[in-house]
Amino acid sequence: MADVALTTSPSPPTAEAGAPPRPAFEIVPLRGLPIVAVVLACLVAAIATNRLWALDFFHVVGGGLWTGIDLFVGFIVGPILGRLSIPARMEFSTRFMPKMLLLMPTLVIITLAAGWQLARHEGFILSTHTHHGWVVASMVIVGVMAVIALGLLEPANLAVLFELKKPRPNGELIGKLMRRFIYTAGITGALQVATLVIMTRLATV
Amino acid sequence: MTAAPETEQIVDVYERRLPPVAELAVFSMALVIVSGIYLAAHLPHRPPLAPAEGLLAAAGVLLVADAVVVSRLSPFNWEVFFRVGGWALLAYGVIAGMLEFIFVFDHTRGASLVVFTLSLVVFAIDVPLLLAFSVARYQEVGPPPRR
Repeated sequence: MADVALTTSPSPPTAEAGAPPRPAFEIVPLRGLPIVAVVLACLVAAIATNRLWALDFFHVVGGGLWTGIDLFVGFIVGPILGRLSIPARMEFSTRFMPKMLLLMPTLVIITLAAGWQLARHEGFILSTHTHHGWVVASMVIVGVMAVIALGLLEPANLAVLFELKKPRPNGELIGKLMRRFIYTAGITGALQVATLVIMTRLATV
Repeated sequence: MTAAPETEQIVDVYERRLPPVAELAVFSMALVIVSGIYLAAHLPHRPPLAPAEGLLAAAGVLLVADAVVVSRLSPFNWEVFFRVGGWALLAYGVIAGMLEFIFVFDHTRGASLVVFTLSLVVFAIDVPLLLAFSVARYQEVGPPPRR
C-alpha cells in the first residue's frame, strides 16, 4: 500500500499577505471554565432544592439569552459578517467563536434542565394537564433545534477554530463553515420565536 | 514521516470525499431525541416502551456502524480526532450526567430509566464523535502507521 501524505491544498486561499495578523487565541477559553462550573453547580442546587424562583430564574435567563443570541447572530451579526473581507472575518472569528463555544452549550443545558424541572413543578409535563400539548410542541421544537445546533452549528464552529489555528488557514473553508454557522443560527433563531410563543402562552394560562 | 518518497501521494484534505460519518451521527442523535420526546410526552404514565426501544436500538446500530466507518478512515489525523473527541466526551459526559441526575431525582425508575440512560450514552458518544470527525477531517497528517 502506498503511503499517503495528507495535506492542505498546495496553494489554499489564505489570508492575503499584509492582512492584519490573527490574534493568538484559545479554542476553549480556559478562563471561562470556572464560571461555567459555578453556573452548573448553581443549576444543580436549584434542581435539588426544587425552588420555584431558582428554576424560573435559570429557565428565563438562560432561555432569554439563548433566544436573543441566536436571533442576534443569525439576523444581525451574520449579514454584517458576510460583507466583511476574509481577513476581517478571520479576526472577528478568532475573538467571537471561542466564546460561543463555551457560552451556548451552557445556556442550552441550563435552559433545558431548569425548564424540564419547572414544567414538572408546575404540572405542565403531565399528560393530564390541559396545556400539555404546548409542552410537547416545545419539546419537538427543542429537539429539532438540538439536532441543528449539535449536528451542524457546533461542528462548524469548532472546525473554524481549528482552521484558524493553522499557519495558513483556508479562507474558502472558513467562509463555507461560517456561512453554515450563521444560517443555522438563523434557523434556530426562527425556531426560537416559535418557542417564545409557546412559553409566553404557558406563562399566561 | 515514514513515507517512502517514491510512493508518497498527496491528498487534498479540503477536496477529498469521505464517507457519511457526520450524517450517520446526526441521524443517530435524532433517533434518541425522538425516543426521549416520546417517553417524556407520556408522563406520568408509562407508555409502551417498544417504540422507544426500537428507536434506541436503531440509534445504537447507527452509532456502531459510524464508529466502524471512522475506524477505517485512512489516512486520517487520529491525534486530533482523539484529542477533540476526548475533551468533547468529557463535556458531553457532564451534560448527560446532569440530565441523568434529573431523571433519577424525579424518580424515574425501571425500564424507562434504562432507556433514558442508554439514550444519554448514545447521545454522549454521538456528539463527540461528530465534533472530532468534523475537525480532524481537515487536519494535515503524515502517512498512516505501519501495520
